[in-house]
Amino acid sequence: MSASTHTASHTSGEVNYINEFKGLKSWFTSLDHKRIGLLYMISVLFFFLVGGLFALLIRLELFKPGAQYLTPDQYNQVMTYHGAIMVFMVIVPGIPAILGNFFLPLQIGAKDVAFPRLNLTSWYVFMLGAIIAICTLFLGKIDTGWTFYTPYSIKTGTAATMMVVAAFVMGMSSILTGLNFIVTVHKLRAPGMTMFRIPLFIWAIYSTAVLQILATPVLGITLLLLAMERTFGVGIFDPNLGGDPVLFQHFFWFYSHPAVYIMILPAMGVVSELIAAFSRKTIFGYTAIAFSSIGIAAVSFFVWGHHMFVSGQSEVAGIVFSFLTMLVGVPTAIKMFNWLSTLYRGNISFESPMLFALGFLFLFAIGGVTGIMLATIATDVHFHDTYFVVAHFHYVMVGGTLMALMGGLYYWFPKMFGKMYNETLARLTFVLIFIGFNVTFFPQFILGAMGMPRRYFDYIPAYQSLNSISTIGSWLIGCGFLLSLYVIVTALRSGEKASDNPWGAKTLEWQTSSPPPHTNFHVEPVVTAGPYEYK
Amino acid sequence: MSTSSSHTHDSHVAHHFRDANHQFESAKQGIWLFMVTEILMFGGLFVGYAIFHALYPKMFAEGASHLNWKLGFVNTLVLIFSSYTMAMSIHHLQKNEKSQAVTKLWLTVGCGVIFMCIKAFEYTGKFQHGFLPGRLLDVVHTGAESANLGMYYGFYYCMTGLHGLHVLIGMGLIVWLALRAQKGEFGEDYFTPVEGVGIFWHIVDLIWIFLFPLLYLVG
Amino acid sequence: MFWMQYAFASKFMPTAATDQASQVNNLYSFLLISSFIACVILIGGMIYFAYKYKRQSLTAKSAYITHNTFLEFLWSFIPLVIFLVVFGWGWHIYHQMRQFPKDALEVHVTGKQWAWEATYKSGVRTANLVKVPIDTDVKIILASNDVIHSFYVPSFRIKQDAVPGRYTAVWFNANKLGDFHIFCTEYCGTQHSGMIGKLQVVSREEYDKWLEEEAKFSTLPIAQKGEKLFQIKACSGCHSVADASVKVGPSLFKKFGAKEELTSGDSTGVDENYLRESILNPNAKIVKGFASGVMPSFQGQLSEDELSAIIEYIKSAK
Repeated sequence: MSASTHTASHTSGEVNYINEFKGLKSWFTSLDHKRIGLLYMISVLFFFLVGGLFALLIRLELFKPGAQYLTPDQYNQVMTYHGAIMVFMVIVPGIPAILGNFFLPLQIGAKDVAFPRLNLTSWYVFMLGAIIAICTLFLGKIDTGWTFYTPYSIKTGTAATMMVVAAFVMGMSSILTGLNFIVTVHKLRAPGMTMFRIPLFIWAIYSTAVLQILATPVLGITLLLLAMERTFGVGIFDPNLGGDPVLFQHFFWFYSHPAVYIMILPAMGVVSELIAAFSRKTIFGYTAIAFSSIGIAAVSFFVWGHHMFVSGQSEVAGIVFSFLTMLVGVPTAIKMFNWLSTLYRGNISFESPMLFALGFLFLFAIGGVTGIMLATIATDVHFHDTYFVVAHFHYVMVGGTLMALMGGLYYWFPKMFGKMYNETLARLTFVLIFIGFNVTFFPQFILGAMGMPRRYFDYIPAYQSLNSISTIGSWLIGCGFLLSLYVIVTALRSGEKASDNPWGAKTLEWQTSSPPPHTNFHVEPVVTAGPYEYK
Repeated sequence: MSTSSSHTHDSHVAHHFRDANHQFESAKQGIWLFMVTEILMFGGLFVGYAIFHALYPKMFAEGASHLNWKLGFVNTLVLIFSSYTMAMSIHHLQKNEKSQAVTKLWLTVGCGVIFMCIKAFEYTGKFQHGFLPGRLLDVVHTGAESANLGMYYGFYYCMTGLHGLHVLIGMGLIVWLALRAQKGEFGEDYFTPVEGVGIFWHIVDLIWIFLFPLLYLVG
Repeated sequence: MFWMQYAFASKFMPTAATDQASQVNNLYSFLLISSFIACVILIGGMIYFAYKYKRQSLTAKSAYITHNTFLEFLWSFIPLVIFLVVFGWGWHIYHQMRQFPKDALEVHVTGKQWAWEATYKSGVRTANLVKVPIDTDVKIILASNDVIHSFYVPSFRIKQDAVPGRYTAVWFNANKLGDFHIFCTEYCGTQHSGMIGKLQVVSREEYDKWLEEEAKFSTLPIAQKGEKLFQIKACSGCHSVADASVKVGPSLFKKFGAKEELTSGDSTGVDENYLRESILNPNAKIVKGFASGVMPSFQGQLSEDELSAIIEYIKSAK
């Protein structure tokens, strides 16, 4: 991006956002979006570790049929915590709150987000919700699955009410972040930064923010009603009192289906950045990618019923939802082909962030086509609530979102901390995670086709060999993430100093120093061209 | 804050905004987006209400018949009047008429207090007669004809309770505004917080205008 | 469509035991093949480009291509057409699944934590077993006693939630003899994965004979009747009878007449009244080492006759 930026060279003793203020208090009271991004990073990565441990426990238990290490009730709790932590505390806040917070203002040439104080509040609200959620571990636990389906969630004797409150609180944090981002994109773009010059990552974060604002309140009220139901037995979702348990599913998926795109859209944004930067080539079909983000966001509100094909909804409803779900496939396909075309006649190098981006394309392609199999109503009747679904959404959420998050973290690491990591080890983490991921989740497609239902503590012997393979894969993934942790920690402690623009990328964040100063830019940038002008 | 910005910053403008107007516009957009989420949240309740009202019209009519529509109507008038005083306070601020603005803010708070008092009066009456939500509803004492009358009161307490919580928060914010206005912090060049809270207060009133007929007059 | 067999769908899918299941297999095979082609284009293209346009030098020029309207139209339109074809095909099969044949053999199946209870027109009741004749339209009418369950027979490719407070239904016409799994596919608590039933497809003669024998159930000796009820009421899901192994609750093997240590610190003799109390009000006395609140109360679910039959059966477990 050609921009009139700083000309002065920066020395190592320069003042930046990390060293300008000192002491723990300066971090916990900071209104700087970059510091808040790091606060999110530490908390989300910690929760990721916790959720990951629960995942390993699940796989360990399923290594062989029959009870191994856990009782059925313990297994159900572990399964619930894995889902709830990963969804509400890792993947939903993940990319927007970490990378979005840090890079949204930088990429549009702003000094901060529109409401810095609100931004810090969001983090505290998020942590409050997270702490309540973690507290349930010690106060009765919860075994409803992350979906809280009624009437099971009304009847269970566990701390479901508390967990519901936690999810409500974290939802509020998500709303506030989304609101902040929308206003920032609308109001704080640098001079010359028109809406069609903003990087695609911003388009993705923007679409996500719209979803956060429109969908999360409905989840909030649903969870509130569920809490009421548990406390007072008002009978809205309880069939014994004249209520309708399926209504809960409608309400829940009205939020949670858009939430799926809250999880994946930011990842698509990150991948657009990575592919353009490492191909040193302008992105193919900028407008198409930008509008497909908005398109996906819009259609996502009308497809929630595809989670409920066998719940007893009418045939017509099933068919309409199946049709609308097919429509989501089109903008997704457009994105895939645009990324592919960006590679065409590029100047491609394979640093670790790019490996994660290509890994994303690989896994997302598989996640996408299996999504079509699930959208097809007749095959979904067979696959619904089996391991096929588990495999599908892990390919999209983990293979998609987590790959993009890892790629994004490696890509922007030099900008965030002004240091470089060990590239060889970083590539090794990719290899471990990528192989481990496929070994873990590909067999689950076959298990699902064979008919193994999800959320199963035990299974018939016919499913054993594939389950064992899957468990072994989970250990590889675990090693991969542990190694990434090592790579990041050693880089923080003793990484070489990074230059301001180690990848030669064109977006605005690379035009300032690494790490950036408190006010982001030394000279207010003036933008004269699009974000990927590799001419 | 050493920025290269050539704009002169007055004390209320944060460093990342160009000028007071830029900040005002951004804040206003933020508050409107927040209102969208509020409306959607209540919207979820309204949808639930609509579904069950269609399923059990008799039960809803029975529930509503136990509410005192006169009190609800008085509350509606009180809130409409408070919206007027809130709007007037901004009007006065824009003209730099500090004392009138402060009076209008306190008047708004007063309306909120009246509203909450009437609400509390209604609630205690309902509690005493056993009109509690869900399984707590005292079927014998209330003489309930519909088996699931508790659901109506579930909606009633949920909707009015959530709304009442908003009124309380709004009152707290307006007290804060009034104190700041007293110190002369607002004037024609800076009244963003008053505008924001004002929008919030109007939306809270608007929600009540929907709640009142749905809960009190239905059937 | 001969090329369907190359998708190998039938290799890892469970036996297709209805005509509809074969149709679903066909559609799935088509999806597999077209998905494979799509992945070859996307992933293959990615690997090819990555190899072909590998960076030679940092300064090498990349092409400057912003868009290509024709290509973009193609890769929006072609997937759309494929999606619509697949959608229509899926609709066609699903429509058959939802068109209930007239004069079908109706079986009521009720899901409960954690067993499937089937009731036939003649009043015959079974637990975790649905026996049906081959080549006959069968309609399963589903209900639930407690939470949502889902009735899933992988070999028939059918699945339907059993929702408390309403009826739902599925139908099938099995064309293969044999035993097929019934799984619960909606998470329903502790023994969700143990809620496995058997769908047995038998010849018409065998079915009629079986039904007749089952109808004689009411005249069975009391302990054998108790044994049946022990299955039907899903007691056997949590209590073992054949040996002393512990499932969820205490084993009942050789329990009658023995002494039982309680969590309260007391001990009690196991007699008829203790068993009665433990069935109707399970939380009154909890055996040491077990949690309270796990077993549901059977108050109102058992007649006096049934209760004494079950107790008689427990007495006979030695």
